[in-house]
Amino acid sequence: MLRASFDNELHQLQTQVLSLGSEVEENLVKVVDALIERDFVVSRRLIEADKRINARRIQIGLDSLKLIATQQPMARDMRLIAAVLEIVGELERIHDYVKGIAKTSIVLGHAPILPAFVEQLPEMARVTRDMLHLALEAFAKRDAELARQIPEQDDLVDNIFNQLYQETINYVLESPTEVMRANQLEWAIHNLERSADRVTNICEWVVYMVTGEYAEMDSEFETPPMPGSD
Amino acid sequence: MNTTYSSNGEYAIEIKDTNIYYGDFRAVRDITLKLKARKITALIGPSGCGKSTVLRAFNRMNDLVPTSRLEGEVLFRGKNIYEKDVDPVEVRRRIGMVFQKPNPFPKSIYDNVAWGARINGYKGKMDDLVEQSLRQAALWDEVNDKLDQSGLSLSGGQQQRLCIARTIAVKPEIILMDEPASALDPIATLRIEELIQQLKKKYTIIIVTHNMQQAARASDYTAFFNMGEDRAGYLVEYGETDQLFTSPKHELTEQYITGRFG
Repeated sequence: MLRASFDNELHQLQTQVLSLGSEVEENLVKVVDALIERDFVVSRRLIEADKRINARRIQIGLDSLKLIATQQPMARDMRLIAAVLEIVGELERIHDYVKGIAKTSIVLGHAPILPAFVEQLPEMARVTRDMLHLALEAFAKRDAELARQIPEQDDLVDNIFNQLYQETINYVLESPTEVMRANQLEWAIHNLERSADRVTNICEWVVYMVTGEYAEMDSEFETPPMPGSD
Repeated sequence: MNTTYSSNGEYAIEIKDTNIYYGDFRAVRDITLKLKARKITALIGPSGCGKSTVLRAFNRMNDLVPTSRLEGEVLFRGKNIYEKDVDPVEVRRRIGMVFQKPNPFPKSIYDNVAWGARINGYKGKMDDLVEQSLRQAALWDEVNDKLDQSGLSLSGGQQQRLCIARTIAVKPEIILMDEPASALDPIATLRIEELIQQLKKKYTIIIVTHNMQQAARASDYTAFFNMGEDRAGYLVEYGETDQLFTSPKHELTEQYITGRFG
């Protein structure tokens, strides 16, 4: 078969992306569970894991560049490699947010977490994880239709963000001395919200990879409401 | 041909509903294609797809094959160049050709360039025309001190640029190139490609190439041909080169340019 070895290398590249992605998926949920459960061992482990994620992302990037240099990819092959380069960048950034949440967990120490966070933060993480999972599925199956549907779920993440953001504001208004703690919690939801936005970017590249057309998908987060405003 | 033909404007040449035969064998079928003026169009496709036959149809070079026959029209400045009153020699002056293997005459560098102009009764200063043509072919700096030496004494890449200078010297509007770099090393190839980019400021270039990377980097438009089950070549897809090489519309184009054809 013509280009069997190139096809094999492209396949390996895809597998590397999916493997990297599934670890990022898992860690999104783990890091929030560790925050809620005050499991600092896991939080520290996830901070460490970020270095390995970065190294893997670089390796996938270098492998992609090698394929460009040696195989002169065109059309579908070129679009796949372009998408891989972008997607691994997004995955790395999502894991930076994971690391950010792990650090929050350590900074917060044993201080209690607001009940609304205990209740909703794991849900927010799971929705984000599920979005990422579907985006990677769309990548693996070259399914542009699926990729186009995923960003709608970002509204769910944004809703939880708005609610929890409001909680932190209320908390600061009631207990002004707790402003630092509230701020840490706000960072955590911000990190998850940004992660979901990056999943949308992945979806955009999957659509490009499949169709050759790049179009921004609307998932832009609007500024959270001010307390007292509608 | 005289100058009363109307200009095709945006387009330099157009081939319409054309079939070309060699004896009973139909080599290409139903070709319709309009090529933009002062742009580089690459014709690509697998062996036997008819791309060189189509290229040669643009200046009646197929006439030189005794059994060849063309049905259809090739419109140059609004006039079908296959009409009876058209002089094929004049067509070939206005639509020049550069071949795969450099083929300078066994004459001096100077005479190689001056030859066509002399035959056409050029009245201007020949020295100026030779210099200007060699400059446009990016060869002047390498040969200006040895214009009386044989064209055959030059390297392959230089010989090919000499052939381009010879083509330019008769002031064509279109230059057809049939794999102009396939016999050259990579450096000489890149030099020819750079030269082609310069030439498009003044001329329309149509280039047949087997080298897909060359088509991708050196052309503005690309036409992909394939051979049908009847073994006749046909046009599969034509479009801007950027688009065709990143997101081809036709699956056959995709397979060909990604190297998964056949």
